[in-house]
Amino acid sequence: MLEIKNLHVNINGSEILKGINLKVNAGEVHAIMGPNGSGKSTLAQVLAGREDYKVTEGEVLYNGKNLLDLSPEDRAREGIFLAFQYPVEIPGVSNVNLLKTAVNEIRKYNGEEELDAIDFLDLIKEKMKLVELDQSFLKRSVNEGFSGGEKKRNEIFQMAVLNPRLAILDETDSGLDIDAIKVVANGVNKLRSKDNATIVVTHYQRLLNYIIPDFVHVLYNGRIVKSGGKELAMELEEKGYDWIKNGSEEVVSG
Amino acid sequence: MKDVINFKEWFLQKHNTFEDSLNGENTYLMHQIRKEALENFNELPLPTLKDEDWRYTNISPLLKYNFNIVTKDAKISNDTIQNYRFNNLKSHLIVFVNGQFSAENSKLLNLPNGVVIGSLSDAIKNNPEIVEKYFNKNTTNNHQIFAALSTAYTKDGAFIYVPEGKIVEDPIHIIFITSAKDEKIITQPRNLFIAGKNSQLTIIEHYISDEENIYFTNAVTEIIVNENAVVDHVKFQEESKNAFHIARIEVNQERNSNFTSHSISLGGALTRNNFNATFNDEGGECTLNGLFLIEGEQLFDVHTLIDHAKPLCNSHEYYIGILDNKARGVFNGKVLVRPDAQKTNAFQKNKNIILSDQALINTKPELEIFADDVKCSHGATIGQMDEEAKFYLRSRGIADKTATAILIRAFSSDVIKSIKIKQIRNYLDELLSKRFSQ
Repeated sequence: MLEIKNLHVNINGSEILKGINLKVNAGEVHAIMGPNGSGKSTLAQVLAGREDYKVTEGEVLYNGKNLLDLSPEDRAREGIFLAFQYPVEIPGVSNVNLLKTAVNEIRKYNGEEELDAIDFLDLIKEKMKLVELDQSFLKRSVNEGFSGGEKKRNEIFQMAVLNPRLAILDETDSGLDIDAIKVVANGVNKLRSKDNATIVVTHYQRLLNYIIPDFVHVLYNGRIVKSGGKELAMELEEKGYDWIKNGSEEVVSG
Repeated sequence: MKDVINFKEWFLQKHNTFEDSLNGENTYLMHQIRKEALENFNELPLPTLKDEDWRYTNISPLLKYNFNIVTKDAKISNDTIQNYRFNNLKSHLIVFVNGQFSAENSKLLNLPNGVVIGSLSDAIKNNPEIVEKYFNKNTTNNHQIFAALSTAYTKDGAFIYVPEGKIVEDPIHIIFITSAKDEKIITQPRNLFIAGKNSQLTIIEHYISDEENIYFTNAVTEIIVNENAVVDHVKFQEESKNAFHIARIEVNQERNSNFTSHSISLGGALTRNNFNATFNDEGGECTLNGLFLIEGEQLFDVHTLIDHAKPLCNSHEYYIGILDNKARGVFNGKVLVRPDAQKTNAFQKNKNIILSDQALINTKPELEIFADDVKCSHGATIGQMDEEAKFYLRSRGIADKTATAILIRAFSSDVIKSIKIKQIRNYLDELLSKRFSQ
């Protein structure tokens, strides 16, 4: 589904990603771990299409299409979803209006009929239960006055409604207590299918106890320096990131 | 090519011809008022950039023209008017075409006994005592050159009188439409709205043009809100982008009265709104909100003054500005709290968004507080489009331009949602959507 080849990314003149190679197939969950500053969030944001990041070399293929040529909205319409690390507050735009507009724009792009207000409400009521959010939050402005946990749950809720084919979770667990992590993980797990894939970017291993990855990659200094199965995450937890920093640079393809 | 006659000279010269054209409609009272106003106009200097109140607003583009005072009759079809009725808002309709009352386009619904809604020229004939009691009682007008000009040339305007205790359920929609093609005209509506004790009414003052020509609207509106009356007022400017619009609205509030106004403007070439409200007694509530949306090289200037002359009154002011291209905006909000006006609450906020590098807003609060037991605040922000928010919306599949429209509507929502008339709120939402998603 996703093929990243030798991706080099620059921001403000500094090179953050120095040749990323990654292949993600449908049905798989890939975890990307690494110390702070390794480029994890950059990778997530570049895939979503943030314009401040400049791609200087390499390519990204998504279902055979050149992803880097698509605008952020077209990437979303093609089924890519980014759960933000720091979801922005948007006063004056309600959660329900944001989602209704998004759902219908995506449907229109894919040649489907737009949902009317009633059908749409039925859709989201069902999804709200998944992340334990209640009705009152629908009319509230996007993320306004939300706690950290609520903001992250809102990201997963949106993911549930938009039903993407490739979901990228950018440090969805950071700052969350164990209960919030369980709710988020539960939501993500319920949405997993053989037709979609998930990239979980995380600094901490704990989330991966609940969202069990098929593959774990370690990002260090802009490169994937180690790849393995879920046991790699446990090893990292025991040995810490210093183990990677001091160790060899062998890259095992996923 | 004829030389342009000096602005003041032009109006001083034309006054005799103008008064003659009034024929039998010229009563002694009105003649005296006009004469005194003309004298004031003669003595007062035109404002320049050196005057504090006009330091950001250069009126020299206005002075380049000699505007025709009396114009040939124009006919506007009811269909044209219907387009401006906020998607079929049920209302009493009063229409002025090029400053003249048009009975053919106007239509009143059922009204309670004693309520008068119509033209000032009719009121001068039919309700002279009321006109004499309330017309031009605000002495500030005598010291303001454009108000003096409008008064000197008083011919017509909207007149509303609601007697004590009466409630007018449907809004009173007053449309001033200018349609003079290439002829550069001046219209000077002189409006007078009187809300009797315990009365309630809603007034929409709507200035429109379906052309893009040059003309000058010089309007003066006096609103008297008597004891315990509730007046809801909307001023809506949808004029030619080449029009000049200078307006003065003077509100006098009596004991326990409640006045709310929303001033919505899409601008003209140069727009200057002076909005003054005075509390003449305790217990008054005054809300002055506004939304202006300007682009190109438009200039929009609003100067407000809320005079807390008495204690125990509350005022709220919230203006939102959206500026694009090379537009220039001016917000000057003055709040005067006099020495005896204890227990005053006065809150003022101005929020602006600049959508281009060259748009400019000058925003200035002026709080003069002479009482010591009061709560007053002011705040102004100037910002740009929130790119984080925009990326967030796009990452959910929303198109770039649609995201911009959504964020602009969100930015304006605080003022739009406080407009009581739903059809006007919807009209504004649609207008903003269309403007920004194109």
